Amino acid sequence: MSKPSETLPEMIKDIQSFAATLSQHNLKLTRDVTRTLQINVGLYCNQTCRHCHLHAGPNRTESMLFETAEKIAHWARTVPFEAIDITGGAPELNPDIKRIVKLFYPLTPQLIFRSNLSALAQTDQEELLLLLKSVNAAIVASFPSLNESQADSQRGVGIYKTSVNVLQKLNAHGFGRLDSGLVLNLVSNPAGAFLSPDQTQAEHRFRQVMKKKWGITFNHLFSFSNVPLGRFRRWLETSGNLPTYLKKLAYSFNPAAVAGVMCRSLVSIDWNGYLFDCDFNLSRMLPLGGEKIHVSELKGPLSADTPIATADHCFACTAGAGFT
Amino acid sequence: METYYKPEDLPKFDQIGQEAPDLAKKFFEYYNAVFAEGELTEREKALIALAVAHAVQCPYCIDAYTQTCLEKGSNMGEMTEAIHVATAIRGGASLVHGVQMRNLSEKVCL
Repeated sequence: MSKPSETLPEMIKDIQSFAATLSQHNLKLTRDVTRTLQINVGLYCNQTCRHCHLHAGPNRTESMLFETAEKIAHWARTVPFEAIDITGGAPELNPDIKRIVKLFYPLTPQLIFRSNLSALAQTDQEELLLLLKSVNAAIVASFPSLNESQADSQRGVGIYKTSVNVLQKLNAHGFGRLDSGLVLNLVSNPAGAFLSPDQTQAEHRFRQVMKKKWGITFNHLFSFSNVPLGRFRRWLETSGNLPTYLKKLAYSFNPAAVAGVMCRSLVSIDWNGYLFDCDFNLSRMLPLGGEKIHVSELKGPLSADTPIATADHCFACTAGAGFT
Repeated sequence: METYYKPEDLPKFDQIGQEAPDLAKKFFEYYNAVFAEGELTEREKALIALAVAHAVQCPYCIDAYTQTCLEKGSNMGEMTEAIHVATAIRGGASLVHGVQMRNLSEKVCL
């Protein structure tokens, strides 16, 4: 799998690097207190989403072994993480996912479980769903668009209808029902090379439309711009959209967004147990603070005020309101 | 000049102020005020702009407001319906003048 180029393409030399942009605004991107542990349990996925920054899909074989998860849990016991966020690929499809959920939920007040929804629709996932319910996991589900053709164009034919069915099922279990205490949050990514809408307005509209059309309720909607990495970057390149999109992200740089970007308070660990400042740096194999560290080497919390590794995909997190 | 319309000309719109800066300043202030959130949301105003852009057939406006509509969270279904509204009005405006044709014809025909 080829990695995206580390430097800006030749045709967009008229925008400066992310590091230079920070310097221009007298900003430094450093780690704050690390409150969230994000665990990527592998790149295997039943979908081949065109906006995926990880190139996840049915042909990927990377998968976290339970032994690696135990090493991560050993470290997590020494750090009071406010949240542990299980992601992938499709985490549902890791063969040890139920053991992994049971391993981590006692270590944090908030277990987050990311789902593409269609993986939860598979017939053998009922037990996992009941487990997630019993440990009060917050489900964060991808639902990019209220338009079927745009959603299916991004995520695969038929995924939109399946997603609606699974959201109704999650609601029936209590996820996203406001009086249940079971959280269901949605993530909406633009279906193309354009920035995401204002999150508050998008949440309001999704809430109205989904309730009216399907009776679906949810807690919050997060609206994120696509990060120019992985399969999405390849599409940007082949469709001729890369220069325009990178310029759009760079020109939308918001200095005020830097303080709140997620990498300041999150650490991401890959299926092999290596640390990254975020899932996007993981995609680019840009290790935590620029240094390759395995979780088994760690003795306690990560130091604050240490530099965060950056590259030009970081413009996606500082465009407009930012990616927090 | 190989073409009258070039996408890279759109960001040069403000150059129109070079010969008449006061008028341009007034126009752009008004323009920005029009598209700010009011009784209508910015998303709704962008959909109206997209429809009007097609009615006046302005490639610059179609480029700008296609992107603005998407970034304000409108989807392809809504944007397509907005264009149909413009099309219906344009078509309807022609057709309703058929009444004039009928009036005149009735006057001169047996």
